[in-house]
Amino acid sequence: MRRFLSKWAVVGLTVAMLAACGDQKTNQGTETEGGEASSDGGTPKYAMVFKNTGNPYGEKMMDGFQEAIEEVGGEVILRAPDQPTAEGQIQIIEQLITQQVDAIAIAANDQDALEPVLKKAMDQGIKILSVDSAVNANSRLVHVNQADPERIGRSQIEAVSEMINGEGQIAVLSATSQATNQNLWIEWMKKELEEPGYENIELVKVAYGDDLRDKSVSETEALLKSYPDLKAIVAPTTVGIAAAGKVITDKGLNGKVIVTGLGLPSEMASYIESGVSPAMFLWNPIDVGYGAGIASYALVQEEITGKVGESFEAGRLGEKEVVEDGDGTQIMLGDPFRFDAENIDEWKDVY
Amino acid sequence: MAEGTLGNSNSVQVAKKTSKLAIVSKFRELGLLAFIILLCVAVQARNPSFLTMENINDMITNTAILSILALGMMLVLITRGIDLSIGATLALSGMIAAQTVSANQGLHPILAILLGTIIGIVCGIVIGFLVSKFGILPIIATLAMMNIFRGLTFTVSDGQWISSYQMPESFVSIATSKILGINTLIVIAVVIYLIAFYFINHTRTGRQIYAVGSNPDSAKVSGISQTKILMLVYTIMGGLAGLSGVLWVSKFASAQGDTASGYELTVIAACILGGVSIAGGSGKLSGVILGSLLLGLLNNALPLLNVSPFWQMAIQGSIILIAVIINTLVKRGVVRNNLLRRKI
Repeated sequence: MRRFLSKWAVVGLTVAMLAACGDQKTNQGTETEGGEASSDGGTPKYAMVFKNTGNPYGEKMMDGFQEAIEEVGGEVILRAPDQPTAEGQIQIIEQLITQQVDAIAIAANDQDALEPVLKKAMDQGIKILSVDSAVNANSRLVHVNQADPERIGRSQIEAVSEMINGEGQIAVLSATSQATNQNLWIEWMKKELEEPGYENIELVKVAYGDDLRDKSVSETEALLKSYPDLKAIVAPTTVGIAAAGKVITDKGLNGKVIVTGLGLPSEMASYIESGVSPAMFLWNPIDVGYGAGIASYALVQEEITGKVGESFEAGRLGEKEVVEDGDGTQIMLGDPFRFDAENIDEWKDVY
Repeated sequence: MAEGTLGNSNSVQVAKKTSKLAIVSKFRELGLLAFIILLCVAVQARNPSFLTMENINDMITNTAILSILALGMMLVLITRGIDLSIGATLALSGMIAAQTVSANQGLHPILAILLGTIIGIVCGIVIGFLVSKFGILPIIATLAMMNIFRGLTFTVSDGQWISSYQMPESFVSIATSKILGINTLIVIAVVIYLIAFYFINHTRTGRQIYAVGSNPDSAKVSGISQTKILMLVYTIMGGLAGLSGVLWVSKFASAQGDTASGYELTVIAACILGGVSIAGGSGKLSGVILGSLLLGLLNNALPLLNVSPFWQMAIQGSIILIAVIINTLVKRGVVRNNLLRRKI
């Protein structure tokens, strides 16, 4: 029902935005001049728009962004809508355009719906980059990718293979069946499984928990029942991995079925400590935000323009290069970070 | 319900003629029950691990919270109201309870449950006040309060999640412990249903809820305070939602701002499936139990059937539609039968 409603809301908004764009054409010239004037004088303003408020992962990312901007000097504007919707982000971007910011880093709620408003911003000289969750190539200069999707997928299979000694049935518990990120990682997991050394590992099923607690629990229970010999569950999603950890703990299957994947350290701390999940992965959201901050700065300073082959010094992250990503370009931040019993204590209070 | 008792007194005279249908009339949700049994057989044929003790236990445990909420929603629906705020109330009470236990690790779990219930009751009283005293349409009042409660949840949590490592073992074990070999969640749901059964069918106030729903004007004329009854049903709903919040957080060992977002629709669906009329005045506990069970069954069975996730939602929708149609057909037959008997 909600999905249905939101779909229509998106359709309605797109129509409204198209109409709005038509109006904009006429007075664009004058606004552009105003925009450029502000970026020449005074402190530059760097904005970051996250998916929604109240998301600990997003808070950390915004912290990292702030850290980067404070390092290079500039004014930081951190914004996020109440609900993870494209329309909420559109409103915020409209406001940022009025405020004449110099750069906007956005973690998009919709790949395409933001295109008109982001194009409008770019027409006025604002540097647009997406971070964490990309917008389409037309509506950004560059995308800051949290970690290489290929490495995310492959590392999880490498890890699970090590945990089950390279033998047995494994299943994947994902978010929704349409989730772009997860589907891409699962593709890479499957490719990794085709490599030599994994002949004895069988991927029996990809289940979808829709990032809902109750559904993820039902799906995990169904996996355990349908495949009694299951050795491991790989869940590349925060809600899914915690739900799987909880089910395995409750059913007393600790040691029999292991859980790994991508999760928040705080959510997974008790399962990593109890051994249900020997290790799991995630990138460091502070670094992602930091990377986006430095990249915004580099774009505003015109150190980079978002073309393949350019490179810049990304503060404590070292030198980063702009690489190809489908139609557009992106900056990769590196391997996902491994959390295990050794380091979980210091991370569980961070995020 | 009212026709049910009427039909019974008349049926003494014509018992021989319509004995079979008379039995049916006592149990109008027969269509739904038959459908559930058919579905069980079909699923069992495809996956033999379906009707095992373990799976049945999992399924009922997962349905317990839904059935508790559906009970409260039934009372609200009977008075011609609706409550869209329960998902948000659930999240708010769950979040505050989780924060409290994480700050005071020694807190007894029963106190946590009480705390959550009280928060829910307060939320319910606010809604009851808006609906009964100000006469705001329930759908508007609860829609507004839904956003307020959800916002409050984000505010009190500051956007942070409460994770399992922050919760004491005693709190998490509310949902995993067993009483007499039965999961505590199931026991709590059964106890609540027993109390509700007595309350709805055998107390004056309980009957007045139906009176207010089926005909508000005559209820008023006969001296029933509509304000009191409306206040009561929304308070009960709030209390049950608050209780469910604590159980939910304990079950999943995690409290987040968007807990149970949109869950109110599932709860309303369970009620409608169980034959509760949106137009008010009718609804039975047996129906609500079956409605919740059918939804729980679908959530449990579809993953076991290995159907494509793209089909799952469509299948779930179709099954609900078929169940409602069968239920309506059986009901229509029963009602027609009752009318026939009245002629004599």
